[in-house]
Amino acid sequence: MITTQSDFRAALLDPSSPAPDGVQNPDGVPATKRFDVYRNNVAVSLTDALETAFPVVNKLAGTDFFRAMAGVYLRAHPPTSPVMMFYGEDMPDFLAGFGPAQSVPYLQEMARLELALRHSYHAADVTPIEPDALAKIAPDTLPNVTFGFAPSVHLIASNFPLHSIWWANTHGGDIAKVAQPTLITRPDFDPAVDALTRKQAAVLAALINGDPLGKALQNGGAGFDLGPLLGLLLSRNALISINT
Amino acid sequence: MLDATKPSLPYTPGVGYKAQHFNDIMQDAGPVGWLEVHAENYMGMGGRPLAQLRHLSEKFPFSVHGVGLSIGGIGRLDADHLTRLKTLCDWLKPASFSEHLAWSTHESAFLNDLLPLPYTSATVKRVADHIDEVQSTLGRQMLLENPSSYLAFAESDMSETDFLAEVVARTGCGLLLDVNNVFVSATNLGYSPQSYIDAYPLDAVREIHLGGHDEDEDETGAPLLIDSHGAEVVDPVWALLDYTLAKSGPKPLLIEWDTDVPEWAVLVEETKRADTALSVFA
Repeated sequence: MITTQSDFRAALLDPSSPAPDGVQNPDGVPATKRFDVYRNNVAVSLTDALETAFPVVNKLAGTDFFRAMAGVYLRAHPPTSPVMMFYGEDMPDFLAGFGPAQSVPYLQEMARLELALRHSYHAADVTPIEPDALAKIAPDTLPNVTFGFAPSVHLIASNFPLHSIWWANTHGGDIAKVAQPTLITRPDFDPAVDALTRKQAAVLAALINGDPLGKALQNGGAGFDLGPLLGLLLSRNALISINT
Repeated sequence: MLDATKPSLPYTPGVGYKAQHFNDIMQDAGPVGWLEVHAENYMGMGGRPLAQLRHLSEKFPFSVHGVGLSIGGIGRLDADHLTRLKTLCDWLKPASFSEHLAWSTHESAFLNDLLPLPYTSATVKRVADHIDEVQSTLGRQMLLENPSSYLAFAESDMSETDFLAEVVARTGCGLLLDVNNVFVSATNLGYSPQSYIDAYPLDAVREIHLGGHDEDEDETGAPLLIDSHGAEVVDPVWALLDYTLAKSGPKPLLIEWDTDVPEWAVLVEETKRADTALSVFA
């Protein structure tokens, strides 16, 4: 009797199915509880990995809900790589389509934020520009300048006070009343999480997209003050080149 | 394949490295002479994990231990993953690279567990072909680790020790002997762990693993030990280590503790016991 890896895998991920044919205890008896060791290892290790990856989603959803949701997710989206540090890439889109999660409308944005934190943590090391680099650019060429961003930089769009929800669930504090697009950077080894205004996010999105400064600033509207955004990007070591 | 000019692990205790122990290790590693890391945890592009390895590798020899290559899988090896392993090994220049006699990937789904294989001539060929590919890609010998087994396959027609000896003969790979896995498998499948060691190709052993396990029982009331890497090494496993070393001579010994990871001081106590086991050869 041959036990195929295909049958083995199918039974692993289906708790209602019997152990596959041909697995047995030393006396030749079908080994249901012994097979359950593997079944349990797979489900528990993947659920634990998701819990580690999405601690604030877990907190917002509640652990019972999260683990039940993870059980659905891991069967629909098992890892496609042995590099588990990025497991859960499909979680934001999954949550968007997962009916029971709709009562917490910002859950998928939080999942996006927490995914970005992990990508930022593991991003390549780069050398930031000097803080005074921009001052050395001739003022009349500034509108044509483009910026290179560190690979650890992520901008998470949000119509919710995403930053303060994240902060309240990791450090404590109150929830803001305004939409907070959220910037993730990595000044050194630990990612930093900062709130932006909608206009700052619109300007930054254009800059990350490679638009020249003059064009990007149009997204900020009349009277937009670039100073605070630029200061934040510099202090967070987010910029790695200025291209004239 | 074995080359005396290549680096090898020292005949001292090592530990599986965990990031929370970085400062302890840098300050005072006690009897710990080398470190082992799970390859897949160091496949990011940069940041703290790789920076820590860079610092530690200036002080300690390293073993890179893969947990995701699926050497026993029926499909082709994941070429992207093999490339990542080569990148890591070329950068870190570890004294040893090892992987498991197991499968974990099927049709692109990675199941995050070390799944069992039937011991047949067809499996020998598949595993040996995959090890040939690993060794030629990495340009080095790899070590193959015996699994913890919870069940047997009706189709198996050879012993695990004969299987491993045949793979070594075909590929020139070395072996990573996990004595806790031997104890777990022997208990679960009803044979003597000493007789397993007697039949095992000890000449090919380049490293020995020691770890803890959990105790359960199956539906017939038979003992069912589960490899957990989450507790102290139990006395019968230390005794099995002494039995093994008496036959094999000294080997690099690794304390594996991957879940419910304790304070560094607890690991140091375990490595002292491993150091004592090696002291008879001093």
